Amino acid sequence: MGTTITVGIADLKVGKGDDVLVTYALGSCVGICLYDAEKKIAGLAHIMLPLSKDAAAASKATPENRRRYADTGITELIQEMSFAGASTKNLTAKIAGGAQMFSSSSAVFNIGERNVEAVKKLLAAYRIKIIAEETGLNYGRTVFFHADTGIMEVRAATRETKMV
Amino acid sequence: MAITNIEELQGMHLDVLKEIGNIGSGNAASALSTMLNCPIDISVPDVKLLNFDDAVNFLGGPENVAIGMLVNITGDITGMMLYIIQQSCASSMTQAVFGTPIEDITNMNEMEVSFISEIGNIMSASYINAIASLTNMMIDISVPNMTVDMAGAILSVPAVSFAQVGDKVLLIDDSFIIEGNEVKSNMILVPEMNSLEYLFNKLGVGI
Repeated sequence: MGTTITVGIADLKVGKGDDVLVTYALGSCVGICLYDAEKKIAGLAHIMLPLSKDAAAASKATPENRRRYADTGITELIQEMSFAGASTKNLTAKIAGGAQMFSSSSAVFNIGERNVEAVKKLLAAYRIKIIAEETGLNYGRTVFFHADTGIMEVRAATRETKMV
Repeated sequence: MAITNIEELQGMHLDVLKEIGNIGSGNAASALSTMLNCPIDISVPDVKLLNFDDAVNFLGGPENVAIGMLVNITGDITGMMLYIIQQSCASSMTQAVFGTPIEDITNMNEMEVSFISEIGNIMSASYINAIASLTNMMIDISVPNMTVDMAGAILSVPAVSFAQVGDKVLLIDDSFIIEGNEVKSNMILVPEMNSLEYLFNKLGVGI
């Protein structure tokens, strides 16, 4: 039997077999599900902020917080997945989150959109194709990523669960 | 010395914030009491500096659906405040005023939405007034922006802005007694670091 592996905020995990990776309540954060369908290896990262190089000096990426950012987080997820035996050229991506929880115009509020942009840019740089996307709008999402099928299950408080 | 990280706050500074929380809650209780037209008791609020995950668990877990109201702070200090009300508390409040509880916060009618926004307005204004009157500062607040969603997703908003300065959030845990029912609500304060420094200097406990 596989296990349910919880991925916290600014964290990432890799699973295989019947494992289910789960990350709860993505708001403006983005959940990135990478999958090697051949080896059935799944990885899930929960990033909070766009690019580490744009961060203020006080919060530059360090070994402890590199999973917080789209760029350093995705790079580390790909590394972890190749340690687990996945091959980078087989990876496909499904992404969720990047919502705007409150409607207001200041910079911190469109962080969701900027996160999604940064994630797409990074995945493109690694030539990883995004095959499903549940991003934007104004509600929180919980993501379950099934390692056996590569299906991303997206749950929300007041909406139907989606399987993509 | 300038503070760059909220974790550098020490006991004394937390006590000062607690005192602000205390005055703010007192103001809020009398304003609420007038609005709800019933006596309201308060206990001393607890001010905690919590890790994101602990704060989320404190609010009932990441998927617990709650009402979040966000207020922008501008003027002599800048930042944001997030006021969280749980289903049961929102319900007790409408029970006290209209005689009917809120059945489902994800499906509130217009009157319930406007009532809850007003509570958010009163609470945030009470805290900000406490800070402004203690320090002689000019502080403006925006109208609360409301959302009803998973606590984890709501809290990610201050967490993201706090991520620039630390992994902790400042949480004020309030407890009111309205007609015999304990009603808990939480205020999460997200000041900009220089604002916090300015605030402590104004209060004579410079860092």
